[in-house]
Amino acid sequence: MANFSTNEFKAGLKVMIDGEPCNILENEYVKPGKGQAFNRVKIRKLISNKVLEKTFKSGDSVEGADVLDTELSYLYNDGEFYHFMNNETFEQVAADAKAVGDSVKWLVENDVCTITLFNGSPIAVTPPNFVELEITETDPGLKGDTAGTGGKPATLSTGAVVRVPLFVQRGEVVKVDTRSGEYASRAQK
Amino acid sequence: MSRSVCEVDVPVLSKAAVTDPFLTNFKMGFAFAPNTYTETTYYLQTSPEYGMKRMLASGSGDIYYLGKAFRHEPESPHHNPEFTMLEWYRLGFNDTDLMHEVDALLQNILGVGAAQYLSYDAAFLQYCQLDIWTATHAELVASYQGECAYDLIHESRDHVLQLIFSQQIEPQIGAHNPCFIYDFPASQSALARLKSTEPHKAHRFEVYFKGLELANGYYELTDAEQLQARWQSDNAVRQAQGLEQMPYDKRLIAALDKGLPDCAGVALGVDRLIMLALDAPDIQSTLAFSFAEA
Repeated sequence: MANFSTNEFKAGLKVMIDGEPCNILENEYVKPGKGQAFNRVKIRKLISNKVLEKTFKSGDSVEGADVLDTELSYLYNDGEFYHFMNNETFEQVAADAKAVGDSVKWLVENDVCTITLFNGSPIAVTPPNFVELEITETDPGLKGDTAGTGGKPATLSTGAVVRVPLFVQRGEVVKVDTRSGEYASRAQK
Repeated sequence: MSRSVCEVDVPVLSKAAVTDPFLTNFKMGFAFAPNTYTETTYYLQTSPEYGMKRMLASGSGDIYYLGKAFRHEPESPHHNPEFTMLEWYRLGFNDTDLMHEVDALLQNILGVGAAQYLSYDAAFLQYCQLDIWTATHAELVASYQGECAYDLIHESRDHVLQLIFSQQIEPQIGAHNPCFIYDFPASQSALARLKSTEPHKAHRFEVYFKGLELANGYYELTDAEQLQARWQSDNAVRQAQGLEQMPYDKRLIAALDKGLPDCAGVALGVDRLIMLALDAPDIQSTLAFSFAEA
């Protein structure tokens, strides 16, 4: 992998820091009038998902990280691995539970997810922004109730728990924002 | 200027360059010199300092320059590689006198109150509880609160001081009114003379306002031998860092040899001043065409 100097740092560049692939979020060049220039770089570690800030001496370089985002559709879980497929090449990728992480509760068969590959192996799975899931359990709502009373908890088919309005019933399919984990609407039939 | 300071112009292109290891000139080849087929390298000046000091040595009296200067550094919200500098020299002034004059100028242009004055070592004591004269290198390194991608232990003392200063002191000074920092360590003296009573300190100051360094001034070094020694040591540092050796201004050394009058000088970044006066978010929005649009 090529090396990148701090002059080439920009948001989105993937580099190796502390032996871990990282995504550069922000890069600020700091130059005292007299004295060494340096870069304050905000990074997200892609495996531990930690965000931190590092100070680099300007002109220093770091190794690039072989990180690639691919769009793959979710197939199934075999008990150990989660299988995804490229809809064009039909190539399959298996991600372990660590790579899937919290996204597991938003995995819907055939939904297209973003799989981040590091040296060819999946390290992160990002679900679509919205998924539609069936409610498997929730208390019956009261008659005549409308949205805006704070709602009630509902368990979805994947095990995820979200707050839904009181009028939404078991067996219905709801649309959920995976970034906030919040109910968006009833699914449109 | 109502203070009888004469405006002067000096070449922005010169065969001499800056030796400071942390400044970089724009470089250009001139191929039309008589009796030669090779290119002569010319440098766009990082400040009008050398030309102005040659004028002072030939008896110009108080002078100022308001014009372009160039620094080969990335464009950032606080820096345009081509920028406007106001630099002036006052005969018979020392750094304290000149700080007061800069203070008056800032009050006038920015409509701010009188500045705060803080010595370099007092700033470290106040904001980092660090005595820079007695602290060990390890103690300095330990007081940097950020996380470094490289090991500060192997860096120079000045490197660590500058890092701490810019990250832990600069954000805390000059929030409401400008703040002067003076008496820099001799190791960061640039072209300031050292204090005769405390030779570990230099007659150098900077002024900060709202997170920006606005100006840098000296009670000027007038000793030709010392000047040459500092430039040579700059070049030695450059060599150690694998940087290019820069041709220093031999004409300025000759001028100092003839005698530079006792004076103080300061360089002020005009674009930054305008940015603050207009409360603009960055330098680029104060320019008709920023570097990226040039």
